[in-house]
Amino acid sequence: MSGQGQRLNVVPTVTVLGVIKARLVGATRGHALLKKKSDALTVQFRAILKKIVATKEAMGDIMKSSSFALTEAKYVAGDNIKYTVIENVKTASLRVRSRTENVAGVKLPKFEYFTEAETKNELTGLARGGQQVQGCKTAYVKAIEVLVELASLQTSFLTLDEAIKTTNRRVNALESVVKPKLENTISYIKGELDELEREDFFRLKKIQAFKKREIEKQMKESKKFAEEQAAENLSLQRGISIDAANNMLSATHKDDDIIF
Amino acid sequence: MANRAQIPTNNSALIAMIADEDTVTGFLLAGVGNVDLRRKTNYLIVDSKTTVKQIEDAFKEFTTRDDVAIVLISQYVANMIRFLVDSYNKPVPAILEIPSKDHPYDPAHDSVLSRVKYLFSTESVAGDRR
Repeated sequence: MSGQGQRLNVVPTVTVLGVIKARLVGATRGHALLKKKSDALTVQFRAILKKIVATKEAMGDIMKSSSFALTEAKYVAGDNIKYTVIENVKTASLRVRSRTENVAGVKLPKFEYFTEAETKNELTGLARGGQQVQGCKTAYVKAIEVLVELASLQTSFLTLDEAIKTTNRRVNALESVVKPKLENTISYIKGELDELEREDFFRLKKIQAFKKREIEKQMKESKKFAEEQAAENLSLQRGISIDAANNMLSATHKDDDIIF
Repeated sequence: MANRAQIPTNNSALIAMIADEDTVTGFLLAGVGNVDLRRKTNYLIVDSKTTVKQIEDAFKEFTTRDDVAIVLISQYVANMIRFLVDSYNKPVPAILEIPSKDHPYDPAHDSVLSRVKYLFSTESVAGDRR
């Protein structure tokens, strides 16, 4: 319609212009805010990225040492220890608690582990290798600690990734769709209003010209009238009215005042 | 933000495991194992007799259970059901790929770490690990 992108379908009036301008201001402010939010999230995201890399490295080491501790325990206490452990599973004593953390309006999950009941398996490896079994247990608890941290980082990573994508999409939408649309609408309304003003001006000019012509006409008329008046006066002074003189010239005209 | 999955705040959630016998044994020793009233466990021991179907079922079960917050999965097991792990994109429960004893950890296969690497390629993410 306006040729340059789309615009809102509105009536071009001053009121609507004001409304659209207010909307443009709102869109600009929203865009700035969202951009800030996106920046804040990106900062957080990068920090988490770094932490994930570090923790993944730590996880490798911890898992290695814990497997080694398990091998030790198995060597000392015998291979059958695993059956004892697997058979002794009842309820989890080591559990995870999750809570949410708020980063720039995005809720990030945060896990933390806690031991609920007193740990079982106390009698495992009582005959031999009890120390190694306990050492293995602490090693694995430590591994869990790292893994739980990694899990919360990873979850935050995924959530933040999604949030950043959404925010960026909104920023871009505001920047490249909503704002140009509003700007186009504003320029369209302004153009229409200018057009109206020009039309009005033209009409006024026309009227003015018409009036001027009328006045000139009247002036001419009155001037002519005055001239005629002057001529009549002159002829009256000479004794004959100008009409009479005219009548005399036109001889065919019958004069009913004069009786022959 | 209505379309995003809600993050439940759970005060007491479990850690589920799909791994080889040694790894599971270690974590059970630490006390993460749980057997509920229906004799359902929160772990799956993968050995040579375990079928991919069983692993898939266990993975699906653990990821849909609402009392599981973290799913630990051995990387070689994750490789067997890679399509499932890659298509999983919910924040909770979190999927963690862990190294197992006789399979060295390969960061290139980790679905999350590959994304990390993709975003972070300037620094050495997987280059000098291990």
